[in-house]
Amino acid sequence: MKITKALPLAALASLSLVLAACGGGAGASTGGGIQVPDLPTATEVGESEGQVNIIAWAGFVEDGSTNPNADWVSAFEKETSCTVNRKVGATSDEMVQLMRGGEYDLVSASGDASLRLIAGGDVAPVNTELIPNFGNIVDGLKGQIYDNLNGKTYGVPIGRGANVLMYNTDLVKEAPTSWADTWAADSPYKGSIMAYDSPIFIADAAVQLMATQPDLGITNPYALDKDQLAAAVELLKTQNTVVGEYWNDALKAVSSISSGTSALGTGWQVVVNLAQADGGKVESVLPKEGATGWSDTWMISAKSKNPNCAYKWMDWASSADVNAKIAQNFGMAPANKLACEGSKENETHCETFHATDEDYYKQVWMWTTPVEQCIDGRTEATCTNYQEWTKAWTEVKG
Amino acid sequence: MTPKHHLAPGFPPFAFFAPTSKEDRRDSSAPAMTALKTPPDTAVTRTIPTTQGPRNSSLADKISRYLYIRPKVRVTGLLLLPLLWLGVLYLGSLALLFITAFWTTDSFTSKVIPAFTLENFTEILTQPAYQATALRTIGIALAVTVLSAALALPLGLYMAKVASPKMRALLAIGITLPLWAGYLVKVFSWRIIFSTGGPLDWLLAPFGASGPGYGTTALVITLTYQWFPYMAVPVYSAFRQIPVNLFDASSDLGAKSWATVRTIAIPLLKPAFIAGSIFTFSLSLGDYIAAQFVGGKTQVIGTVIASNINLNPPLAAAFGIVPIIVVVIYLFLARKTGALKAL
Repeated sequence: MKITKALPLAALASLSLVLAACGGGAGASTGGGIQVPDLPTATEVGESEGQVNIIAWAGFVEDGSTNPNADWVSAFEKETSCTVNRKVGATSDEMVQLMRGGEYDLVSASGDASLRLIAGGDVAPVNTELIPNFGNIVDGLKGQIYDNLNGKTYGVPIGRGANVLMYNTDLVKEAPTSWADTWAADSPYKGSIMAYDSPIFIADAAVQLMATQPDLGITNPYALDKDQLAAAVELLKTQNTVVGEYWNDALKAVSSISSGTSALGTGWQVVVNLAQADGGKVESVLPKEGATGWSDTWMISAKSKNPNCAYKWMDWASSADVNAKIAQNFGMAPANKLACEGSKENETHCETFHATDEDYYKQVWMWTTPVEQCIDGRTEATCTNYQEWTKAWTEVKG
Repeated sequence: MTPKHHLAPGFPPFAFFAPTSKEDRRDSSAPAMTALKTPPDTAVTRTIPTTQGPRNSSLADKISRYLYIRPKVRVTGLLLLPLLWLGVLYLGSLALLFITAFWTTDSFTSKVIPAFTLENFTEILTQPAYQATALRTIGIALAVTVLSAALALPLGLYMAKVASPKMRALLAIGITLPLWAGYLVKVFSWRIIFSTGGPLDWLLAPFGASGPGYGTTALVITLTYQWFPYMAVPVYSAFRQIPVNLFDASSDLGAKSWATVRTIAIPLLKPAFIAGSIFTFSLSLGDYIAAQFVGGKTQVIGTVIASNINLNPPLAAAFGIVPIIVVVIYLFLARKTGALKAL
């Protein structure tokens, strides 16, 4: 009996000890600016370690098992004797969390993930001299804020693209040109609209507000002050009444849009491509309001156990040939200029996705992590950070 | 048992008298203690060990002698591993969860910062979305439990009292067979069943109806399918234990079938229902994958935790305490009914 009485007491005592110990470590806090830990860069690429672990978006690292025509992993494995272990990430947030674990060597980070990874000291700077193909990257993708800080390069660009409006042609007879039907409470597709399941989707609402409610004064969807965020949340709550499904698993999105469970909604070109490959009647369009988008880069973990294979993969994936394959499989603009040359197919693809058309990408708002400092240049206003977006997102979904 | 057996080398003579009567009763099942019940005539040969060469021949002997005279050490040693499992791994991770709930995250990198704050709990208690989600999840878990119980009663009755042995075996396999399939496979099958123009819509089309589509209804049905065996098996085995003559007596006294079920079977089955409901209720409370695939936009506790686990782990931890509290309350209520005594 003594023991049973003493146990909760002991547990409580140890708990308060732990809490006290933890409280002591809380002194270090980050200021407004972005502090970047100083991490060493690789100086040479040595012998292959035999494997490389990659977290990537669906369609970036393909060995032919999802689509027999998409395979650029097998040749890499044969040539470098590095076995590729792939994990598909569903959201940037998941990728950031997985990279913190230290089990992965590489990540295909989008702009909203890359800044968090750099600031968190989770990724190391890249020595671009070790990546011969780096020189052919299109100018628009070099030196972006989200993968280049303090004169150091952290990412090797893969490509960029927009979050498109996809629709099932069986249900949507006339090709849409606007996002309006996905936001309106009286949408003709009520109950069959799909939306992306991540707080970053708030930016899509902001893009819509920029077109429909200019008096809110939103000039960058990632720089929202409290009132602007509230307006975006209001719009998302309206959308929630007409949404059938939220998705963040690309294959779930494919099943939803090709079966007709969803009629239209935000999606990726790769989802459209996969649906079409299965015979689904799915098309996509970049609506007139513009869209959010992403620009992805390979980043190497600061704790990478297989840096040589990781560098080999970054160079391999940046070569004109492989970069063209990745870009065409995912449906995005390739990062390598030369991926737009060499064949009719490559040229057409780059034209479709405006690979070198910087004016086009001015309409596309690349995913960026929202921070307190308004990145649209306002100095008197305080913007909402990603944590507030995360809380707002829970509120939206109810 | 031969006398030699009782007089294993190193057997301490005083051990015959050492245990008190209380300990004697407690350890009566242990093989070593059977020596205590040996007839007095073996006492004659008691001195043999001292004449049979070295008594402390091996380490094992030393240990067994040491443990024999110290029952408390013996019990502690036996229970140490399971206690470590329960205490360190099981309760320890729960304690860590609880501690994390008081921490916070860096607003930019969303890295966890250990610091004491009640912010996460305030957030959960003041933000209506969390309360709505918690209540919705409890509602879904209760619906799944009630539905499972309602289905298990007639099925158990039929299997235990009506069906032929062959049919009974077939049904038993039928109930447990889905447990052999992968969880995700089953959830995805239900996703296909409920899809627009899918099998359910096709089946209902001749009647001018259509399936419920993805949403709470689909979620309740899918979860009921997933957890039904955990309700059906205890109810069935409890039914088998009810003697047939109780039913005969009931009908002799003029009770109709339903009256018999209501007044005889259900009270006797109550412990089984409660035992089953603990599984169906707590498993439904924690599920989130089914909600993601067939729930449409339905948020449950699990999906909220899953969406926060990457961005705000402390908030996820704080919200993770909600189902723990709910299950503890549920177990407490179940205990009050006395049903847990039978477990």
